[in-house]
Amino acid sequence: MARLWRFDTTIDTDVLAPGFYMKKPLEELARHCLEAVRPEFAASVRPGDVMLANANMGVGSSREQAAEVLKYLGIAAIIAPSFAGIFYRNAINLGLPVLVIDAALMGLPELVDGADVDFDFHAATLSLEGRGANIPLNPLPDFLKRLILDGGLVPHLEKRFQREESGQ
Amino acid sequence: MDTLAKALISRASGQSKLRVDDVVICEVDLAMIHDSGGPRRVKPILDRLQRQVWDKDKIVVVTDHYVPADNAETQAIQALTKQWVQDQSIDKFYDEQGICHVVLPERGHLAPGLFCVGGDSHSPTGGAFGAYMFGIGATEMAGVLATGEIWIKVPETILMSWRNQLSAYVTAKDMMLAMCRKIGMGGGRYQAIQYAGQTIQALSMQERMTLSNMAAELGAQAGLIAPDEATVAFVQAAGGTVPANWRDFQIEAAESAENVMQFDAASLEPQIAAPHSPENADAADAFRNISFDVAYIGACTGAKYVDLAAAAEVLKGRRIAKNVTLKVAPASLRDQNRAAQDGIMQILQDAGAEFLANSCGICAGYGEDRLAENQVCLSSTARNFKGRMGAPSSQVYLASPYTVAASAVTGRLSDPRQVMGGG
Repeated sequence: MARLWRFDTTIDTDVLAPGFYMKKPLEELARHCLEAVRPEFAASVRPGDVMLANANMGVGSSREQAAEVLKYLGIAAIIAPSFAGIFYRNAINLGLPVLVIDAALMGLPELVDGADVDFDFHAATLSLEGRGANIPLNPLPDFLKRLILDGGLVPHLEKRFQREESGQ
Repeated sequence: MDTLAKALISRASGQSKLRVDDVVICEVDLAMIHDSGGPRRVKPILDRLQRQVWDKDKIVVVTDHYVPADNAETQAIQALTKQWVQDQSIDKFYDEQGICHVVLPERGHLAPGLFCVGGDSHSPTGGAFGAYMFGIGATEMAGVLATGEIWIKVPETILMSWRNQLSAYVTAKDMMLAMCRKIGMGGGRYQAIQYAGQTIQALSMQERMTLSNMAAELGAQAGLIAPDEATVAFVQAAGGTVPANWRDFQIEAAESAENVMQFDAASLEPQIAAPHSPENADAADAFRNISFDVAYIGACTGAKYVDLAAAAEVLKGRRIAKNVTLKVAPASLRDQNRAAQDGIMQILQDAGAEFLANSCGICAGYGEDRLAENQVCLSSTARNFKGRMGAPSSQVYLASPYTVAASAVTGRLSDPRQVMGGG
């Protein structure tokens, strides 16, 4: 089981990747991820953990590091009622699953910060310790699912260029 | 009839009869990158893909985020940027000439009908010229630079229809803050917003840019304005090329838009947005008597020539209050030079302003000049997120350059009409 990190305020790119540290290497930038709103996050998050965010997740800048630091820290999926467009594309291009949850499900009593969860990318579900039924997430369109399964845009393009060069 | 958004995407994708939510591949006419998300981020990806840029003449590179480069890290970023531009033989390189969204049109790179991407979230600014332009991240930009293509989901159009004329000391920025309050930062749903109506047609091109720029704060992908004679005149004066068929994109019809919202410019008052979101906007008078420390006139949103001129209109013959610092970072070197020729820079200086470099400056919060703990700032920029411009405990209010200048004079958040008379 992984930990669920729930955020009930709007999370913008500037709290994910603070501007002052943008000149630094990714590992240093990642240490400051969310420090303005949840100072313990960067040091406590573990690989495989899942983030449940408020609506308009990732609003703000086009800085890709906002999604990249979450991936670097081990976040396996970001789930939110809605995403800011650039952040959504950035996450997928980096191979980080971003899934929309129906806003009505955000009120489920088990979906609390710190809950034990399992995320299933293929089924697009979240299962919770102590809750029988899985929580359904909105499945990604097939072409975006493919991008994530390829590992993001760069490996996806590598495959495409290899195909083109071998004349297929 | 198609919307302007569909007409632009049709041209770029070569596909007609587009429906909302269709996913299409578009050919990119212009890709703009800057020193932060540009070469330092795309070079390793292009190297890994073993690809050169697809068309060096369709790429514009601007340095604006790490300006001034005053430490070893930022100097290394600028050195890498210059080396990459040279290695790729890119001619359209503007080093320390100002903020990308202002430099791009002033050098004639935008025109009606184009399909453009920018490596910055305020790239919708290009929509003011009747181009489809939107912001993307660095990996996606590397993909564009390698292939010349990008996918797009055909958006709905949300038509922001404005009637009547603005009152004195009320600007495009006030219109925008009122729209942020009305629909919120997610209200644009990553669709295309289009600003239309007689109020928009009466705005200068730089005022239109302010609206398109902050389509980002409305959560839209693009912020379009149909081209007209003013657009054509601006592009031609900047040395750009206007396509012969530009009138094909002069599309403002409300009946083709999927959503229409009505606004009345005549009743609009100067607006201020409270920390920490542009959607926390209200009439400036609702915030009177709040004191603050730093007045900032900066950024692509709020320090173009028209913004500097507005501030000078208020500050002519006046001094800023003793409790306030006024910092001005003109958005481009050209706009600053033009403002100097017109006496505007002198007026600002005589009023007590300090000047910063022609760059993103405090708005981006990337450099050493940032807000200290518990400082309160009134800013002509686009975003007042917690901690963006400095310490997490700092607080930023947003307003027009008129309102920032007038408040700097009184030392408290103020409606500019109370300083200037009238209203």
